[in-house]
Amino acid sequence: MENLMAALKAQIVEQLNLQEVKPEEIGDDQPLFKDGLGLDSIDALEIIVLLQQQYGIRIANPEQGPEIFYSVRTIAEFITAHQTSK
Amino acid sequence: MYNGEAYITGSCVIRKNQVYRDGTLLWEAPQEQELPEFLRGGYDHFSGQYPKFHKMDPLSKLGWLATEVLLKEQPLHYPADKVGLVLANKSASLDTDLRYFDTVKDIASPALFVYTLSNIVMGEISIRHGFKGENAFFTADVFDADFITAYVSQLFAEEAIVACICGWVEVMGPVYDVFLYRVERSGGSVVFNADNLQKTISI
Repeated sequence: MENLMAALKAQIVEQLNLQEVKPEEIGDDQPLFKDGLGLDSIDALEIIVLLQQQYGIRIANPEQGPEIFYSVRTIAEFITAHQTSK
Repeated sequence: MYNGEAYITGSCVIRKNQVYRDGTLLWEAPQEQELPEFLRGGYDHFSGQYPKFHKMDPLSKLGWLATEVLLKEQPLHYPADKVGLVLANKSASLDTDLRYFDTVKDIASPALFVYTLSNIVMGEISIRHGFKGENAFFTADVFDADFITAYVSQLFAEEAIVACICGWVEVMGPVYDVFLYRVERSGGSVVFNADNLQKTISI
């Protein structure tokens, strides 16, 4: 889980072009949107693309988005659960 | 009451990796430096503290940076809905359209897609400075000073605006050229007309 979260942080910084954020500065449980890292709806779409490209995962139910994308940890848990269920 | 005249109260030119304000060279990067690096350098020099900049396409970055230079030390203190934006260029958003098209072959990039309209640059400028006034983006082969003067003057005459940022923001691949003007209903000595638009940016 720790390795996956570290990889995710690096991928988020690269995919979202967060040039003034270092991966290690993103907290495992830090909210990614609004007052947290300040990501927006376009960033959410880019994370969906990231999950598809890097992990082969598609979000079947868009209503799950806010829950899955809350933090790096929730995304990592989603990836782990998805990969385990395969 | 509007007296029928407006004034050019500032200008910014960005070309050949140089940034000018009111005809004075403020900053330059090596001529061989490529556009992305030049834009990052300009952002670091003139602004910083605006991470959204890094997500913009080159067209938005150029317009945003030029406006930053233009207003940094002299912000426009007018009601938000009275500041207009009238920009023009040759290539519209083609520079980004082509890069977006490349991503469509794999997975289309949402972050690129949102910049596949030339007027998005005005949105980025408006968000930064809180402008909510009239805006328009025109596409033409060359900068038509007579047309821009007439259009902006009409906005002043209708009292739709009391100030305006207008000019040219062009980019296509590595080739770019930007010149923006700050125009106000009062407070200047250079009358806003086509001749003075051309003279003001003669570098």
